Amino acid sequence: MSEPSSRRGTVARWGLNGFAAVALFYLFMPILWIVIYSFNKPVGKFNFIWQEFTLDNWGDPFKDEALTDALWESLKIAGISTLIATVLGTMIAIALARYKFAGVGLLAFMLVLPLTTPEIVIGSSLATLFLGQDVDRGFRTVIIAHVMFQVSFVALTVRARARGFDFGLEQAAQDLGASPMRTFWKITFPLLLPGILAAALLAFALSIDDFIITLFNAGSVSTFPLYINASFKVSFSPQVNVLATTILIFSVALLGAGMLWGVYRDKRTKAI
Amino acid sequence: MTATIETEPGTPRARSSGTGRTSWWQRHPQRIGLGSLILSGVLLIAVGTGLLDGPLAIAALFVVLVAIVALIMVAVMGGLETRRALAPYGLLNPGMLWLALFYLAPLFTLLRNSLSTLPSRFAIDAKFDWNFGNYADAFTDFQDQFIRAFLYAGIATVLTIAIGYPLAYVIAFRGGKYRNFLIGLVIIPFFTSYLIRTIAWQSMLADQGAVTSFLRTIHVTGFLDTIGIMDGDKLLNTPAAVIGGLTYNFLPFMILPIYVSLEKIDVHLVEAAKDLYSTSVSAFRKIVFPLSLPGVFAGTLLTFIPASGDFVNQLYLGNPNTTMIGNSIQDQFLVQNNVPLASAMSFVLMAIITVFVLIYSRFFGTDDLV
Repeated sequence: MSEPSSRRGTVARWGLNGFAAVALFYLFMPILWIVIYSFNKPVGKFNFIWQEFTLDNWGDPFKDEALTDALWESLKIAGISTLIATVLGTMIAIALARYKFAGVGLLAFMLVLPLTTPEIVIGSSLATLFLGQDVDRGFRTVIIAHVMFQVSFVALTVRARARGFDFGLEQAAQDLGASPMRTFWKITFPLLLPGILAAALLAFALSIDDFIITLFNAGSVSTFPLYINASFKVSFSPQVNVLATTILIFSVALLGAGMLWGVYRDKRTKAI
Repeated sequence: MTATIETEPGTPRARSSGTGRTSWWQRHPQRIGLGSLILSGVLLIAVGTGLLDGPLAIAALFVVLVAIVALIMVAVMGGLETRRALAPYGLLNPGMLWLALFYLAPLFTLLRNSLSTLPSRFAIDAKFDWNFGNYADAFTDFQDQFIRAFLYAGIATVLTIAIGYPLAYVIAFRGGKYRNFLIGLVIIPFFTSYLIRTIAWQSMLADQGAVTSFLRTIHVTGFLDTIGIMDGDKLLNTPAAVIGGLTYNFLPFMILPIYVSLEKIDVHLVEAAKDLYSTSVSAFRKIVFPLSLPGVFAGTLLTFIPASGDFVNQLYLGNPNTTMIGNSIQDQFLVQNNVPLASAMSFVLMAIITVFVLIYSRFFGTDDLV
């Protein structure tokens, strides 16, 4: 974009850039707090006031056993629900992107609805369903709930990717004698894979992070956020910061690897 | 969309088997597909809500099974054309039925519960008896919470636009080759837990926290108290803290859609305007801003809706006088065990939001969201 060359324009331009930098810093403020306080040596049970620098917390990240168990529970739930939701959501995305069919508007609308419903309504309504059917709320109901809100995210993310996909390639493969199954696994799936992986990563993050819907449907199961909330009145250990930072590092590494892989693929495709 | 494969019956691509003696299900495979999907969905909802129970429920589940098997049978027996017409329904089936059973059916049980009565204060099973009293209670006893929820969510939404739009603009138009990196930076903070981020704000806004100390150092606490943001020299446990928390937590939901719509804008349009002696400001006002409205629209919905039902920010950053409707629903449902009243409040919340979305999309609507 060509920018104005007057002095007033320059001031405005750098003013806007400065504002953006401050906004970006604002986004990172709580993250800085979480990382910095993972190196704190708190007095008492609450890690809120800076005392002195220590590496002890990082040396013993699983010291808080109940917290570790809760994180493990969250990882299990996120793993299982992401797997189910990714399969279901990808199927929906392919159907919506690839075919023209009757009822498409209605079904696409159905997909967006859960995203425009407040979490508290989803959580409480699902709990009334389980109450009505005398289903004990626990591990399974949490997975059901998580898959429910993940499916829409996965379907919309993969569909956004599949929109740019040339389905004529499938036709070409089949004209050359490939079976539909072979066409899917050799052509469609590899080309949609980056979108599917991005969607799965998003779904996994949503599941680990979810608090409100899980609270209504967890019964006695304790996930990472549920445990932190329940124990907040009595303790907030620096291990929370250590584990949260670890999750962050893992996610950023995955995100970075995904981006690099995308760049590499693009380069390779161009080379061909 | 040249890539979309035509599946309407009667397209020239009709090289299906035995065109001469097709039976009705071969001629209208789409009706079978959609019919099977809708029938299964409706029956599952009926079973889930308890409308059908006992032997009827088993019969209904059997019919669902038959509908799915029939879909597969027709696809297997039909020709290539039939299979192609049925494929989307087969792909949609499992996901859509999941949503029918675990999204739609619960809304019915929620409605039913909101019209039920608890036999006694300590009873758990409510009885359905068209009790509209829950709605009267929801409106009279929790009016303040409703008003605060929409007020706080509304202010937070405006603030996310004020902060998010310039940031998205700078990344989209001045990010150059660092665009993807910068938008990655926007997303990264949200890979840590929502709850822990809110607790981090609590610690930073506390009396000895980083933000409050900084404000004292630069001597603006008096001014902020005068304009009502701070309470004396306190920042935590004020409405401003709750609104600030909401703004922070939903900011990426505003930035990302705005960024996506800004990124699509052809820079040459702006250059053309400037070649025609338009100023930067009017080029922005007449070209960039209108083209970015779909992003603002999507961002507003993605921010306002979850913010109005949120209770985590008020729980950690507010005081008893700042409770929002989400707090009340959570409290009535999980602490007081008054499920009928909590259901009525949930339903009213959803109804108000739906009305808001309908009015809002009438004025600013685009189909970019779907």
